[in-house]
Amino acid sequence: MATLDLKRKLAILSDAAKYDASCASSGGTKRDSLGGKGVGSVDGGMGICHAYAPDGRCISLLKLLLTNFCVYDCAYCVNRVSSNTERARFNVDEVVDLTLGFYKRNYIEGLFLSSGIIRSPDYTMEEMVRVARTLRETHHFRGYIHLKVIPEASPELVNQAALYADRVSINIELPRDDSLARLAPEKDVGGIRRAMGAVRLGVEAGAEKGRRARPAKFAPAGQSTQMIVGADAATDGEILKRSEGLYGAYRLKRVYYSAFSPIPDATARLPLARPPLVREHRLYQADWLMRFYGFERAEIVAENDDLDLEIDPKLAWALRNRGDFPLDLNTACREQMLRVPGLGVRSVDRMIEVRRFKTLVLEDVRRLTRGLEKLKPFIVTGDWTPGASTDSADLRVRMTPPPPRQLDLF
Amino acid sequence: MQTVRLASETDFAGWREAARALRARSVPPEAVLWTVDGAADLFAASVQGGEESRAFSVPREFLELADLVALHRSDERFALMYRLLWRLGGEADLLRIHSDPDVHKARGLAKAVSLAAHKMKAFVRFRLTADPHGEETYVAWFEPAHRVTEMTAPFFARRFSSMNFSILTPDLCVHWDTQRLVATPGADAADAPAEDALEDFWRTYYASIFNPARLKVGAMQKEMPRRYWRNLPEARLIPDLIAKAEARTSTMVSQAPTVPDRVIRAVQRTNRDALYDGLAPSTLEEVQAGLQMCRRCDLYRDATQGVAGEGPARARLMLVGEQPGDHEDLAGRPFVGPAGQVLDRALAAAGVPRDQAFVTNAVKHFKHDLRGKRRIHQTPTAGELNACRWWLDAERRIVRPRVIVALGATAGLAVFGKATPVAKARQQAIQLPDQAKGVVTYHPSYLLRLPDPDAKARAYAQFVDDLKFAWSLCPPPQGEVARRA
Repeated sequence: MATLDLKRKLAILSDAAKYDASCASSGGTKRDSLGGKGVGSVDGGMGICHAYAPDGRCISLLKLLLTNFCVYDCAYCVNRVSSNTERARFNVDEVVDLTLGFYKRNYIEGLFLSSGIIRSPDYTMEEMVRVARTLRETHHFRGYIHLKVIPEASPELVNQAALYADRVSINIELPRDDSLARLAPEKDVGGIRRAMGAVRLGVEAGAEKGRRARPAKFAPAGQSTQMIVGADAATDGEILKRSEGLYGAYRLKRVYYSAFSPIPDATARLPLARPPLVREHRLYQADWLMRFYGFERAEIVAENDDLDLEIDPKLAWALRNRGDFPLDLNTACREQMLRVPGLGVRSVDRMIEVRRFKTLVLEDVRRLTRGLEKLKPFIVTGDWTPGASTDSADLRVRMTPPPPRQLDLF
Repeated sequence: MQTVRLASETDFAGWREAARALRARSVPPEAVLWTVDGAADLFAASVQGGEESRAFSVPREFLELADLVALHRSDERFALMYRLLWRLGGEADLLRIHSDPDVHKARGLAKAVSLAAHKMKAFVRFRLTADPHGEETYVAWFEPAHRVTEMTAPFFARRFSSMNFSILTPDLCVHWDTQRLVATPGADAADAPAEDALEDFWRTYYASIFNPARLKVGAMQKEMPRRYWRNLPEARLIPDLIAKAEARTSTMVSQAPTVPDRVIRAVQRTNRDALYDGLAPSTLEEVQAGLQMCRRCDLYRDATQGVAGEGPARARLMLVGEQPGDHEDLAGRPFVGPAGQVLDRALAAAGVPRDQAFVTNAVKHFKHDLRGKRRIHQTPTAGELNACRWWLDAERRIVRPRVIVALGATAGLAVFGKATPVAKARQQAIQLPDQAKGVVTYHPSYLLRLPDPDAKARAYAQFVDDLKFAWSLCPPPQGEVARRA
């Protein structure tokens, strides 16, 4: 086989990595390189997106596959063994040099390394750990590292990965277990869950207070996963129920939803219809409602139902529960206010602060929110009540935004 | 009208000094004109020398806010801050009223400045070059939306502490020599290097990581506004990537799948995980493996894994709990959570060597209910217990214990096949069909849940007694019999 030059390898192995939605560089332990030999810092909390691609996705990390050779045959994956895609493989130093070169020019926050499975899960995981170890130990790299964990790899290797990485992730891939068995015959959902469970135990042991010999930080930014939406027949309700279970069982930081996207050289095992991108967007909105707005999954969507594509899930909920509205913003409690369509966490907290000193009127609300028109039918303020409009039959029509452009090009 | 001339666009110290003096002399905001005058003559002469200053204090939050607002490129920023300062005199809680027009405006400016600083951290692009002494140095040309260069420089120093770097901007330049940050006056784009060999690699990455099947130009521009594009090496690719995206996507969609390579097809395996075949396991390893495939009831769906029993394969004492909990489900081992700790303690108190007991559960998967983000234990149904007895029976068959302790009522039901109330049946040796003797006692989680400390202590003592009793029923190992005889 002819040797590929580094630029060609980079093109192949980043192209192969782009179907992983996660690029977050948030949540690591705060640190910097002052007084040290290397480069790198992590600010804790918020990550930094160094660029955005025209697909609207943030580019924060150098997202690469160590290799796209793979012995598995997952139908949804461009790198499956039966695909005729061009193959390449980085060696450890090439990845390390690219990461450091990009980092020193301030292109990236760090590295997100994944890989096709070559030889064996253990062999592959070991190679990935070697990249992380070289960055950390040889080059004193203090930037962000996200490693994809190969669930079939041995627990010791997973452990090592988590000691070098800020975040680890294991993709659950599909919302239904039987779809995984069908579309990814070599993957085992039990193995994926066991690996997630082991990571949660490791993270919790690492964070335990009051231990004299504190173990080295174990994936301080926690773990995340990704689910492909639209490659099987799972409803949005099923998908969110799965997420709800994963958040509860493994304390995931994030579940990423990735609308199944056309891949070069697709297989005949996949559905022909592709999901509209707006479906993915609605799933993220619903996920946020569960994580930050106190909604239960069952309130948002029934298990065998899909989310409304036309309007966001909070508005849909409000329209189904008009009896709870209009809500008096001067007296309502925080939990109730968070359920008003158009009110975010920040707006609500500010209003609660302001109303200690004055009665909220529409003008206040206008300044503290992103737009009054959408809110008015649902709220009461010192100078406003919506009258019958909360119950009017055409409310849904009036609230439905015009179809956004560029969301669905298929 | 009082005119204040500040030394520079970012002369916050000068503003603060003037504002303090003006306010002390009760000069209202309408009567002050704020200007920036490069010449450092200062207003000091014009404002000072008035009446005696009255001391006053402002909330620290105001100073933090003003610190940011001062860096905004808006012309009204100094007047706005003085108006706020003036109003704080009579309205102590003013900053809490986020919807006040002045507060709203000031917070909006501060937010824009913070955002500009954040974008500077994101969009500065260094180019590697050599300084006059031939040393490696990284230089960037950047045009910040607001005057945030000085404020953001320490971030770069912390991150790139071992590199020499300079960030040049039209307002101000900052330089780091691995020890100190130094600021110099603004510069010109031409002062920075024109290229860097790695930029081609970066562009390759940018083009490859873009997914043409999901074009969202609006989302991109919202986060990466056009004003930054001219200094971003990757941005020149954008028009072409957008133009070709649709064609690339439709090619992908319309292309018929290619046929896998012949060799690949030949070696492709059929389904690796042949379903559990229903044959009774004859070793503990088979139990462990078979459990992962078990579909005898629905509990496997929401659990992480089946948790098999643990202990010597020929243990004389078997302890049967109800089911794995949150911790056991994650770890894949029985009794490693809080209840397990109670059990360990009680076994030690009863003089039962933990490593000689086989510990398992009546139900092998964790049954739970999700409340918010917590998995709350749920008692398994009789049907689930029945389905899982298959596994417990296999363990009993393989281990052949002499005494089986059922921990709690659910385990009692599984071990004895009928409801066995703990309070009535404890401290009895119940004959089991497989020649073992059965003992029933509390489940350690029950002890954890008892709210009353006295009741808890009593129940714990009984629990220890029961374990002692069970251990006394175990015949000593054969070697020991000989010795005792």
